[in-house]
Amino acid sequence: MASQHSSTGNGIQEEEVLGKAYDARLMRRLLSFLRPYKLHVVLAVFTLLIASLGQLAGPYLVKLGIDEYISKGDVSGLSSVCALYLGMLVLEFTFQFLQAYLVNWIGQKAMYDLRSQIFAHIQTLPVAYFDRNPVGRIVTRVTTDVASLHQMLSSGAVAIFGDIFKLVGVVAVLLTLNPKLALVTFSVLPLLFYATFLFKKLVRETYRTIRIRIARISAFLQENITGMAIVQLFNREQRNFEMFQKLNFDHLDAYLRTILYYATFYPVVNLISALAIGMIIWHGGGGILQGTLTFGALVAFIQYAEMFFRPIMDLSEKYNIMQSAMASSERIFAIFDLESEPGYAVERKRDTTFRGEIEFRNVWFAYNGEDYVLQDVSFKAQPGETIAFVGATGAGKTSIMNLLLRYYEPSRGEILVDGRNVNSLNPLDLRECFGMVLQDVFIFDGTVAHNIRLGNAAISDEQLLQAARSVHADSFVAKLPQKYDNLVLERGKGLSSGQRQLLSFARALAYDPPVLILDEATSSVDTATEHLIQDALERLMANRTALVVAHRLSTIQNADRIIVMHKGKIREAGKHQELLAQRGIYFKLYRLQYEYKESKHVA
Amino acid sequence: MILGCLFVAITNFFALGGPWVLKKAIDALRQQATAGSLLKYAGLIVAIAAFEGFFRFLMRKTIISASRRIEYDLRNDFFAHLQRLSQSFYHRTKTGDLMARASNDLEAVRQIVGPAVMYSLNTLTSMAAFGAMVYIDLNLTLLAMLPFPVMALVVNRLAKRLNKAHRLIQTQYAAITSKVQDNLAGIRIVKAYGREATEVIDFDGLNQDFIDKNLSMVKIRGLLTASMALLIGSGSLIVLWYGGRQVVQGTISLGEFVAFFAYLSMLTWPMIALGWVINLVQQGIASMGRINQIMATEPEIADGDGESSDLPVIRGEIEFRNVSLAYDDIPVLHEIDLLIEEGSMVAIIGPTGSGKSTLVNLIPRLIDATEGSILIDGVDVRRLPLYKLRECIGYAPQDTFLFSDTMDANIGFGIQEQPRNEIDNAAEIAQIRQDILEFPKAFDTILGERGINISGGQKQRTALARAIIKKPRILILDDSFSAIDTYTEEEILRQLQGVMRERTSIIISHRVSTVKAAHQIIFLDGGRIVERGTHDELVALGGQYADLNEKQLLEEALENI
Repeated sequence: MASQHSSTGNGIQEEEVLGKAYDARLMRRLLSFLRPYKLHVVLAVFTLLIASLGQLAGPYLVKLGIDEYISKGDVSGLSSVCALYLGMLVLEFTFQFLQAYLVNWIGQKAMYDLRSQIFAHIQTLPVAYFDRNPVGRIVTRVTTDVASLHQMLSSGAVAIFGDIFKLVGVVAVLLTLNPKLALVTFSVLPLLFYATFLFKKLVRETYRTIRIRIARISAFLQENITGMAIVQLFNREQRNFEMFQKLNFDHLDAYLRTILYYATFYPVVNLISALAIGMIIWHGGGGILQGTLTFGALVAFIQYAEMFFRPIMDLSEKYNIMQSAMASSERIFAIFDLESEPGYAVERKRDTTFRGEIEFRNVWFAYNGEDYVLQDVSFKAQPGETIAFVGATGAGKTSIMNLLLRYYEPSRGEILVDGRNVNSLNPLDLRECFGMVLQDVFIFDGTVAHNIRLGNAAISDEQLLQAARSVHADSFVAKLPQKYDNLVLERGKGLSSGQRQLLSFARALAYDPPVLILDEATSSVDTATEHLIQDALERLMANRTALVVAHRLSTIQNADRIIVMHKGKIREAGKHQELLAQRGIYFKLYRLQYEYKESKHVA
Repeated sequence: MILGCLFVAITNFFALGGPWVLKKAIDALRQQATAGSLLKYAGLIVAIAAFEGFFRFLMRKTIISASRRIEYDLRNDFFAHLQRLSQSFYHRTKTGDLMARASNDLEAVRQIVGPAVMYSLNTLTSMAAFGAMVYIDLNLTLLAMLPFPVMALVVNRLAKRLNKAHRLIQTQYAAITSKVQDNLAGIRIVKAYGREATEVIDFDGLNQDFIDKNLSMVKIRGLLTASMALLIGSGSLIVLWYGGRQVVQGTISLGEFVAFFAYLSMLTWPMIALGWVINLVQQGIASMGRINQIMATEPEIADGDGESSDLPVIRGEIEFRNVSLAYDDIPVLHEIDLLIEEGSMVAIIGPTGSGKSTLVNLIPRLIDATEGSILIDGVDVRRLPLYKLRECIGYAPQDTFLFSDTMDANIGFGIQEQPRNEIDNAAEIAQIRQDILEFPKAFDTILGERGINISGGQKQRTALARAIIKKPRILILDDSFSAIDTYTEEEILRQLQGVMRERTSIIISHRVSTVKAAHQIIFLDGGRIVERGTHDELVALGGQYADLNEKQLLEEALENI
């Protein structure tokens, strides 16, 4: 069942170290996902029992046929046993199908729940988590790890249960048929267990080695594919091939050892099975001679003995499945155990409307420890005002935006929106207040329309079109073959950076938020697009509070307030004219610009 | 492999012995055998199993080992072929897809040569059991075999449906994966616009689809196993019914009757295996097709036909002659004419997506031009052997890619031997030496997943050292200073000027400060050279370059507050 899932993800990023095959704590949590399907589980167990009983009945009916009818020459009686056998077959067929379907149905449903829940939970995790963990690793949790759990549920756990039931059933039947011969037959079991145990131990060791080595191959391969340009540019093909060949050989070597173990194990088990049959013939034959055993029972014994071996051998296979499932569930539950953004606990007030007043009161903030990137920052924006933040990279501008959206929590101080502390609001309510346009525009897989609307059904087609038109995104969209229904390539490839910006403006405008957070792009675009962007920006900022990390003089000069940041502190704040009068940092900046413009005129 | 087949045959021959002894024993019992003869039969069964086991051991060892060796060879070939493929291939193909082919598909192919061959041979030779059954009684055999053709038919038909369902599931799985990837990469936007709930709904839709497709496969699979059990059982039923009658009538003995059961069960496993093998083979063939698809991809860029003696020593004059380039019919570069004199420094500047990287990628032939030609010392690059061409170029690409290896190995990546003093020297020029010495194991520090993570700026400087150490005639730096502060950048540029005197260098940058000193500055926009000249000339021109200069002066001033 799992082979279809075992795509590349796992084992590439990490060398998987396998742990226990069974962990009661994890198991209990896993089982909790079966709770909604209690009734189905009971039904599945029931069908499993019936199906196994059917399998167990076969040899017994043969015994009955031999002893009661064939030996006695009763042909019509034989027919009735055959009819019974047929009935049993049909029963087994039905229940085996039902059982397989039920078990997988439960497994799939539980996996659906698990996958949906983990995805939903991930949505609530704080941005800090995504800053720390690479996307690929989190994706593996939702895909490969969940798949490995499914494998355990559908073929591991249930099959183990079925195997054990079958074993117990065989033991019971044999003991009833002939206790003495049963004990003789069981005498090979210690041998079988010992062989299986030893084999399992050896194989586990080598499988670990194999996993590590295949992970190395994968890692090397992935690295070389990603860095193939470098390999080729630096003429490293031959040497890297030799390195690969070595890794590949180590893997082969480890495998050859496992093959040896497998090649030994199966024949040994066969031999043990032959030993059992030999003993049955010897002792059982003696029993027949003494009249304590019937022919039918002898035959049944031989057939049951064979039923004994497969489950025991299979158990070691199941062990591997369990082991990797436990490792997966550990990783999955580690994600469930991560705390959601603190604000999600706050009750939502769906009817919140914001005026758009923003205030920072003595805010301090550090990403780690005492490394403050914001120090004692205070400012206030009245509804409708435009505030421009000016400062070098690392001055703390982005951190202000991060705190405002409550992606991170301030270390000290308060942030207020419309006079309410952001901590008193559910982030979902709070963020409705903001529209965000970042330098690096993120484009989602999907259509152009989807990238503007982002799945918000409340935005009508008319509103969408209106938004795109007023920020001039309409003109380039109109040139696409399918207009707004055109699919955008992976991460917006094929769109120019200017087009991407316009698209993100349309997105922000369609949501019509009271506050706009804008990180002006520094990348240069051609002059025509630059004009479009300028104009679009003006329309976007009209009638709303705007906090702008500004890179354009025009934006800065027209702002209601300019805040000059340096090393996490506000150094100057005020209107353009006020700041000029202060003759401080801003004044220097402005003069520099001015002189440059003058010099250009002279040149 | 032939040896392996032989072992399969011998193994099955011995396997036939077991039930035969059983038959003898039971018939003997009917005629009041002695305890001694019973022991003899028991011993015989064990002895036969021992022989059978020995050959089964040899069989597995030979065949499965062979399959692993084939896998090893295939993987080597696959890797070697990947190395020959050009960058356009890597742009078209997702890494994940290639990884899947190198792992899942390779394994599926191995399954054909290993397990599939073993089990189908096994099936073939176990037909010997059929012979033994005929020997016991022809009619009984024919009757008992009735379910087998039905079984083969059912297995085959269901296996086909199974494969189809399997493919649908794979596609859906891929859709789920990319959805999660997309969502996580854009999580800041998702959160900013409060889209968590709709994202979950979207995801649930895909998830539900996935489950539905899985369930329809489960149905087929369940039907397959259940009908298998039914058909096996009906074989036994026939033996019980008809064979039982024959025992009563005295046509066959009770021992033969029991042995017949044993032979029949010997046949069932290979028959089931047959269905499974068909499945394996089908998947394996599909996978082989997917691997071959890569193996059959001809490298678009290969060694030129010109003799390497055309150019005894490459001096480093580069000329673009009317070069145009299109990716999938989308034009990227238009009619570029550019002469870069030997030993000069040329800077390329322009908006993102204007074609800067593409332009320099043409020189070491990471891509080839659609029209026009690139000449080095007057010789078309397409006529040079790749090895020779690339040997004279030091390149620090825009995406700084370092390997999970030591700093030493990363800096000395492009040279045969890695003498300490040269590495030291290159690291010094790139201003990374001091940083490296502060790492836990200095130059032996391992980077990446299992090692330490270094900053973007440190990566860029390491990549720079890697390019410099080659002492190339042509040095290409593609936006190599974007994560390095201006002070360090100036220091590197100053040192480079010493090293690169009389060598050709091409520098792509977004910063005016970086390109100021170049002999020639090219401003690219939309794949065209829109402005060219020295810094002063371009500033005087008052065009896009001058505009950019203005913006950056402001920023620079901010930096220097």
